[in-house]
Amino acid sequence: MEPKIEQNNPKPKKRFELPFHIVKRSNLPLKQKILIYAAALVGGLLLSALICGEFAGKNPFSFFGLLFKGCFGTERKRWLLFTETALLLGTSMALIPSFKMRFWNLGGNGQILVGSLSAYSIAYFLGSKLPEGVLISLMFAAAVASGILWAIIPAIFKAFFGTNETLFTLMMNYIAAGLVLYCRASWIKSGSGQFPTLSAGILPKLYNDKLITILVFFLLAAVMFVYLKYSKHGYEISVVGESENTAKYIGINVKRVILRTMVLSGAIAGLVGFFLIAQTGQGLSPDITNNRGFTAIMTSWLAAFDLPVTVLTCLFIAFITKGMEQVRSGFGFTNDSISKIVIGLVYFCVISCAFFVNYKIVFRKKEGK
Amino acid sequence: MFVTFLIGAIALGTVLLYGCLGETLMEKSGHLNLGVPGIMCMGTAGGCLGIELYMKGLAAPANANWFPLILVAVLFSVLLSVSTGAIYAFLTVTLRCNQNITGLAITTFGSGLAQFIMDTYVTRKNFDVAGKLLSRGFVNDPNANGVLRVFFSHGFFVYFAIVLAVVFAVVLNRTRIGLHLRSVGENPATADADGVNVTAYKYCAVLIGSAVSGFGGLFYIMDYLKGSWENASTIEAFGWLAIALVIFTLWKPNLAIFGSILFGGLFIAAFVLKGNPMQKELLKLLPYVITVLVLVITSIRKKRENQPPASLGLSYFREER
Repeated sequence: MEPKIEQNNPKPKKRFELPFHIVKRSNLPLKQKILIYAAALVGGLLLSALICGEFAGKNPFSFFGLLFKGCFGTERKRWLLFTETALLLGTSMALIPSFKMRFWNLGGNGQILVGSLSAYSIAYFLGSKLPEGVLISLMFAAAVASGILWAIIPAIFKAFFGTNETLFTLMMNYIAAGLVLYCRASWIKSGSGQFPTLSAGILPKLYNDKLITILVFFLLAAVMFVYLKYSKHGYEISVVGESENTAKYIGINVKRVILRTMVLSGAIAGLVGFFLIAQTGQGLSPDITNNRGFTAIMTSWLAAFDLPVTVLTCLFIAFITKGMEQVRSGFGFTNDSISKIVIGLVYFCVISCAFFVNYKIVFRKKEGK
Repeated sequence: MFVTFLIGAIALGTVLLYGCLGETLMEKSGHLNLGVPGIMCMGTAGGCLGIELYMKGLAAPANANWFPLILVAVLFSVLLSVSTGAIYAFLTVTLRCNQNITGLAITTFGSGLAQFIMDTYVTRKNFDVAGKLLSRGFVNDPNANGVLRVFFSHGFFVYFAIVLAVVFAVVLNRTRIGLHLRSVGENPATADADGVNVTAYKYCAVLIGSAVSGFGGLFYIMDYLKGSWENASTIEAFGWLAIALVIFTLWKPNLAIFGSILFGGLFIAAFVLKGNPMQKELLKLLPYVITVLVLVITSIRKKRENQPPASLGLSYFREER
């Protein structure tokens, strides 16, 4: 006979339960994905328009007109829009390979800046002594080499000791900025205390001074697309990003992949630095990167590290950046803080919509039904 | 000379200490919040807004009173910094968005909005009076004994920061709440299985951390600068330095007290020392270089108690395998 188990545990207390729970989506159709992102973008812009209109006491819908006017109003503005897109695309391309292997490279700003610094310093000291062609190639080589140097230092420590690359690359930005200030203090002894505009080492004009930048980075994007998608290197990067252990088991040398990819990243960032200087010969300053190293993190992440989509996200961010300049003057804002607010708001909307792409909310069915 | 330097180092260190304590708390819960610079800006703007309202409501600026002034400043500072932190918390904890991306967006948004508030709504009328009041210490005579001045000449916010650091250290290392918080940052799945409410811990850590880091900027404007204002990017720069300080002090609030004084000293050494401009620029670089060195050395030594929280930067989703 079975012993009778005394049942003395009382009814479980009714606990508070949310009426829904969150489930991971396996795969969302592309159409819906685009729809979600588009809704977020439109929502973000509408919100910005309302806020700007409210602050300025103007009709919020003139916001959109000004945004377009700031980007497409004149031929010069169109060129500026596409140059900005190209530079952002270049910076994004520098970051995408490292992000794809889950190496959080926040050092775009620093890598660009040392590239600019070495390109500028070569033109500054050797500008009158070398023929233009040699000078420009030297600037190019120096910029790329220093970009690589700035990227490979954190990569080495990440590969061999597992040093946190997020924090390391972040610190490298400030060291680069400090280096520029140090060079300024030691080279520019008199006058304004600013780096002067260059007279030598400026890229030849191809129709105008902007077309060459646009062409180079869009061509590079095509090459990069093939490299990441169809080459063995690109495949290895994705495997390391998906799972380091899988990579080890199928015989990929993870350390080598990390180092090689960061050399590539640094080289492209250095190239962006080179173009910032050599395009117009503008004077160097720690702000020359215009924070593109951080902005490009957004553009490439929003595109899910997919290059063709990155072109679109770069165009979109460039559109807001350039358009906001017009909104500022049109609405009578005195400083650029309003642009930062708007860009921040749009980021929030787009970032949060990633949730609806990756997860879905399932409402609980009532019990007993 | 040395006494003045030390007092300056402690004062500037306090700016960093607030940011560092807030960030430490957040990182202990597994959230690498790169939005701290923006949150610090918002805390500043909030505090200044509160002081502006308070000073405006007075019949004469001389009527200003120490206690209500601090209360209003702290209240408004917390209001703005916590609501900014709440955006971060909602996006990263509930919506499980990428922490780095969200943090950078918060910094962009926060510094922009803070600048806008300061330019539009804060006239800074009578801020010098409020600043003098807030920075008043126990010993205010500049001819007093040097030791006394080093320890007792600071305003309220310096002592408050040190008390907070000690409280944080005790809570993190000696209490059950601290143990749970650390376990959430190390391995949220294990903590969850143990019955710890991961979401609640993460929210609390981010919100309290935001409130604390917001005081840093407020202290800088009202106490260190005695009520003057340049722009949000100055405070943003302190925010990044505070994140560096978290690494430098190995995620330990008690070490942060001394680390912040060291960083503060390095920062103001560039202005105090009679070097040439080049040496000054190199000095300003030093905190970042030291931070990198600490980061590298700790990762090479691999001592377990000196490592970043294991799940730092990762979102936690219970149903994920």
